[in-house]
Amino acid sequence: MKQGKVVGINGNMVTVALESSVIMNEVGYIITDEGKRLKSEVIRVMGDEAQLQVFEITKGISIGDSCDFSGDLLAAELGPGLLGQVYDGLQNPLPELAEQAGYFLERGVYIDPLNRSRRWDFTPVAHEGDKVEQADILGTVPEGPFKHSIMVPFNMLDSYTIKSIKPAGSYLISDTIAVVTDSRGNEFNLTMSFQWPVKRAITCYEERLKPVEPMLTKTRVIDTFLPVAKGGTYCIPGPFGAGKTVLQQTTSKFADVDVVIVAACGERAGEVVETLKEFPELTDPKTGKSLMERTIIICNTSSMPVASREASVYTAVTLAEYYRQMGLDVLLLADSTSRWAQAMREMSGRLEEIPGEEAFPAYLESSIAGFYERAGIVKLKSGKTGSVTIGGTVSPAGGNFEEPVTQATLKVVGAFHGLSRERSDARKYPAIHPIDSWSKYAGIMDTKKTTKAYNLLKRGYEVEAMMKVVGEEGTSLADYMIYLEGDFLDAVYFQQNSFDAVDCAVAPERQEHVFDKIYDLLNSKLNLTEKSAARSWFNQLRQRFLDWNSAEWETEEYKKLEAEIDAHIAGMKA
Amino acid sequence: MRKVYSKIETIAGNVISVKADGVSYGELAEVSTSYGKSLAEVIKLDHGMVSLQVFAGGRGISTGDEIRFLGHPMEVSFSENLTGRIFNGSGVPRDKGPELTENLIPIGGPSFNPAKRVIPRNMIRTGIPMIDLFNTLVESQKLPIFSVSGEPYNELLARIAMQAEVDLIILGGMGLKYDDYLYFKDTLEEGGALSRTIMFVHTASDPTVECLMVPDISLAVAEKFALQGKKVLVLLTDMTNFADAMKEIAITQEQVPSNRGYPGDLYSQLASRYEKAVDIEGSGSITILGVTTMPGDDVTHPVPDNTGYITEGQYYLKNGRIEPFGSLSRLKQQVNDRTREDHRALMDGMIKLYAAFKDSLEKQSMGFQMSAWDDKLLKYGAMFEAVMMDLTVNIPLEKALDEGWRILSDCFDPSETGMKTSLIEKFWPKEK
Repeated sequence: MKQGKVVGINGNMVTVALESSVIMNEVGYIITDEGKRLKSEVIRVMGDEAQLQVFEITKGISIGDSCDFSGDLLAAELGPGLLGQVYDGLQNPLPELAEQAGYFLERGVYIDPLNRSRRWDFTPVAHEGDKVEQADILGTVPEGPFKHSIMVPFNMLDSYTIKSIKPAGSYLISDTIAVVTDSRGNEFNLTMSFQWPVKRAITCYEERLKPVEPMLTKTRVIDTFLPVAKGGTYCIPGPFGAGKTVLQQTTSKFADVDVVIVAACGERAGEVVETLKEFPELTDPKTGKSLMERTIIICNTSSMPVASREASVYTAVTLAEYYRQMGLDVLLLADSTSRWAQAMREMSGRLEEIPGEEAFPAYLESSIAGFYERAGIVKLKSGKTGSVTIGGTVSPAGGNFEEPVTQATLKVVGAFHGLSRERSDARKYPAIHPIDSWSKYAGIMDTKKTTKAYNLLKRGYEVEAMMKVVGEEGTSLADYMIYLEGDFLDAVYFQQNSFDAVDCAVAPERQEHVFDKIYDLLNSKLNLTEKSAARSWFNQLRQRFLDWNSAEWETEEYKKLEAEIDAHIAGMKA
Repeated sequence: MRKVYSKIETIAGNVISVKADGVSYGELAEVSTSYGKSLAEVIKLDHGMVSLQVFAGGRGISTGDEIRFLGHPMEVSFSENLTGRIFNGSGVPRDKGPELTENLIPIGGPSFNPAKRVIPRNMIRTGIPMIDLFNTLVESQKLPIFSVSGEPYNELLARIAMQAEVDLIILGGMGLKYDDYLYFKDTLEEGGALSRTIMFVHTASDPTVECLMVPDISLAVAEKFALQGKKVLVLLTDMTNFADAMKEIAITQEQVPSNRGYPGDLYSQLASRYEKAVDIEGSGSITILGVTTMPGDDVTHPVPDNTGYITEGQYYLKNGRIEPFGSLSRLKQQVNDRTREDHRALMDGMIKLYAAFKDSLEKQSMGFQMSAWDDKLLKYGAMFEAVMMDLTVNIPLEKALDEGWRILSDCFDPSETGMKTSLIEKFWPKEK
């Protein structure tokens, strides 16, 4: 094994004198006095020395400690058994880690990401003598609600002939399930799992398609006005307390996708705990199984080492790409990408690189672009399509969207859901600001109608701002009506109560139905000739609508409330 | 016997460097100067050169002074004997008690495994209505008190230290004025709370490096007590001083500053301290209440801004009161449905009416005519501020709720309060 000796330590960066060649981004293990092996990654090579970022606390490392180089890049283990897991940024399963190390994350303890003793029911698909290439399916195993495809490892670049394949039966992850030979006759034993370097995108597909099909989140404002497409990207910037995490949690519960990967990157541990305790209890409306069975949590919270925070988003997106390769729709939610960018900034500072704006490294933009570009809807060789949608939150310093991370993100995403302090202070949730936000994707409804309604809302905002200066008296009735209509649309449609059992998730049919009713109202002439009467009429209507929103779809209660609303409106139509 | 080095190569600010071998990262050393001995911590190793941060500062160090490496990182003694004692940022007694050296534990230990965390479930009663009733403090919560300089934040902390229903209080003082230190000491002594308190205090005149140690020492000790089943409340004042100490040291070490001179890892550094707050299943808990002074009342200043992203809400201290609007306890929903059935409704209802009062007040100050409803609100606002917002009281939650109903009944008719009928029937004070 290649080795080196530690010659310098500065924070979580260690300099190692090399005894042989080294690969950029290779994984090394620094061995401490206590015999702990600390995982690290080569991030710069200079002459006979390499600088490594250590994924653990570096206290206690001494000059002269040895370093083993693995010869591999930082990789994720891919195979059945990933769903339902809770990993740290380096794919260590946290519950198993707790069993072994107790309450605290003891450094230097690494556990296999996939359970080695679990048996999987393998059904072969390929046959002896078949020609196969990377990502071709050898067989399947049931995993949660899906058939998990066992594929030829993506890093096998030749064309292979299957020499033997195991019959249907139950096997361990590490059992050889097929033997293949390459064009020169070399034999390879394939198991159900393999490693893939996390910082390289998986590109074993035919072609990338344009994201057009909407990914439904069941949050009205997103699906109707600011849609996200399957395979698209979006970002949610917002100051603290504006509800980024609640919005992400709601999306992770209700999004209409097959697999959800939550990357809790440098945020509060308490928030992950809520997901952890809640998800196993909830059912996935799509499959009827526990929500946890379609979820993977990558949890590298704020107090965990910074270098593995940097790695965690790559681990997450690699797992997402792996499931996409099976023709599934995957949603990756990263909370928060600012913390990931800060991790890059810390490392860059240690490397004494020339800083860019706010001391972020000059490659901040290309790194952010590289990450979001790993999203996409693709046509696989099998003819199926699969998608990875990425939604990232951004935590801008001081809530100011001009800062580098927000700006770099806005350049590469397809939708922008900007949260505002103003709206969250007024308890208007989700606090997505209608004026600032935009989306380039097509939604479920007629764009003409939604644009018209959206513009009305914007106009309402403008009138409201004007009214603050000239007062209600100085506003014309026509403007005042626009304000009331905009405010009404905002209150009953834009805003949504994520703590209400019914209102928290609204199916697309219902969204269309309700939206049409509101649209019709907004385009009707009303017999309102006086401001205070108009205000009280809209207040009553709003109250009825809010009750209607929390009535379950198509129930008696729902129909009764709808009839009342219809009557209320009909009485005022000109 | 460990080797002694006596040739200091460079001295820059609080950092000295010396050629030495066999040294490990984070190790402590003892520097003997003509002014006495000081501890120093290894902060960088570069080939043969060891950089050390001297706790007592670089002033007065001679290039010929002796450095002895101790072979272990920063540690603090942990035992029951700590209670009632006062130490400085290096763990040296500040009171007249004996030095403690038994059972040393390392500070700045690893992070708690998120998979082992539990959903917070117990409230901490403080006897202050603005906290208990409106923004309940929850066990394992981390909450800062955002405050402008000059606000009575230390008085508030001292009161919480005396009244909070916890087993142990650990007070970490950073950059405290000496008067404030004496204030804490005297108040806790008089209130009889010193016996359940441990203080680690760095005063403004102490060396900057010691300031950095205070949160780590406090939290390391808190963690051990929590593992023994104790409910620990850690009070930290003032975290802005801690951040400023970090800034000072980062700049003297020529690190690239990120935002207003603060180092790029400010968020991670603050988070690694605040995230020590935890509720340990089947054992004790750590709750952190820290003061963050906001320079110029600017919440977008890097320290309060980063803190806000880490903590679970904030108390906004303004004009000697906890502001009901800026303040938020994110975890209150976890507990306030199990205190008394009227808690949530009263919390929301009273705040809504207080917001209406503020509107009326604005109208009044602009010279508009006051309606009867406005007069009611003005009366209500004055009573609310006098009774509920007073920070110098000790009222149990139930009593505070009753007071709330009394204020409502003194000012309004039941139907004007927007409260549910069932609650009004049960709690509205009967005619006297």
